[in-house]
Amino acid sequence: MSDEMAGDTVPEITPTFRFQWEEAQQCHVILYPEGMVKLSPSAGEILKRCDGEKTIESIIRDLKTQFPDANLDADVYKFLEVAHENGWIRAK
Amino acid sequence: MKTVGSELNNQPKPLWLLAELTYKCPLQCPYCSNPVDFAKAKNELSTEDWLRVMREARAMGATQLGFSGGEPLVRRDLEELIREARRLGFYTNLITSGVGMDEERIKGFKEAGLDHIQVSFQASSEELNNFIAGTDAFKHKLEMARLVKKYGYPMVLCFVLHRQNQEQVRDILELAITLNADYVELATTQYYGWAMVNRDQLLPSREQLEQAEAIAHEYQKKMKGKMKIYYVVPDYYETRPKACMNGWGAVFLTITPDGTALPCHAAGQLPGMTFPNVRDHSIDWIWNDSPDFNKFRGFDWMKEPCRSCPERFKDFGGCRCQAYMLTGDAANTDPVCDLSPRHQVVLDAIAAAKEAAQRPVAVVKPLVFRNPQNSKRRIAEKQAGVAGTLY
Repeated sequence: MSDEMAGDTVPEITPTFRFQWEEAQQCHVILYPEGMVKLSPSAGEILKRCDGEKTIESIIRDLKTQFPDANLDADVYKFLEVAHENGWIRAK
Repeated sequence: MKTVGSELNNQPKPLWLLAELTYKCPLQCPYCSNPVDFAKAKNELSTEDWLRVMREARAMGATQLGFSGGEPLVRRDLEELIREARRLGFYTNLITSGVGMDEERIKGFKEAGLDHIQVSFQASSEELNNFIAGTDAFKHKLEMARLVKKYGYPMVLCFVLHRQNQEQVRDILELAITLNADYVELATTQYYGWAMVNRDQLLPSREQLEQAEAIAHEYQKKMKGKMKIYYVVPDYYETRPKACMNGWGAVFLTITPDGTALPCHAAGQLPGMTFPNVRDHSIDWIWNDSPDFNKFRGFDWMKEPCRSCPERFKDFGGCRCQAYMLTGDAANTDPVCDLSPRHQVVLDAIAAAKEAAQRPVAVVKPLVFRNPQNSKRRIAEKQAGVAGTLY
């Protein structure tokens, strides 16, 4: 479990967690045994891209094309650290 | 930005749907939260009823679905229900004793889309586990726990703690580590249903609790990032009540085997309520419009000291069932709160249990096991006016 969230890391949703859009709540959520975390829109945008194929660098590049005004490198790394700490994502 | 979604977000939603599929159970745990008069229940919901309940609840935003009981494995249509639940987008939890499960079924559930299996244990030792369960289940449970992991499920092990196993907490956590549990729930007995009948024999001492809590915290630190340990605080020893169900009709919806809809699994005992049945009403009407689901919603129903208490937004006045069971009025402050004028009843219960613990084994009232015979006996006694309160 020493995998760091670095630029060339390929993150994916950990199979024991589920990430999905909730229509009734209009947000993305993380689901796990008997629990749920509601995600902010930006957190949802980041996790949507953690598909086990893209590196973190390419995720950031992708986000920048969609949100050109945002300076988001630090925020993405910070959120992915938190997500990793919580076990929601892992390095593939 | 104002959207339809954000408007909906202001209303309470039944995010947690607990489907009590059956009261049948091969175990006889004397702390079972099922109603003591469960033997009265007839006419289990059909597969079609459950499918409709799931669809309607999901459309209202329900996300977590627990298949519980009794023992849900008894239902032959469990695979079908899981498959539809998953298709609807629920996160599906199977809450089971493991008795009635085998590798074939575990595999089938996975294939149907089951997300998680929670296996209950009664103790860390075979002897005590089988005594409390009222059946020789321990070895089978170990085997089932290994298979749950083998098939890649996240696994929760649930241990209900009480005076008889409270001192095993270290062994319990070591067992959970051996079995590679992802989560361990150390659930201190809550005194509803059968547990209330057996309270004098189950309520641990303060010393036992403090010891168990210290060990739980030690392992929480030690296992950080590997195994999550939930320690459910025993409310009888608290000075403030638990935020029961996060408030009445706020997130929780229980459907009992016969289709009665409840704001929590113990609420069926409350007097003066009729509680709607899913055979007669839509989930939408039950949740949003039925008088029973609105009865203790919000804060207007509260009496003093809750009514003017700044903490009411945090604990919602505690538990309505506990207020009823211990004070006779469900609208009273939960007497666990030391601001309640009736707080003494909780202290008396602790004293009575302490006294019972000191009595020689021969004169202690035996545990009343949860089975149809004992349930029928209690129902008959109540009808004959023999028993005091039927909890």
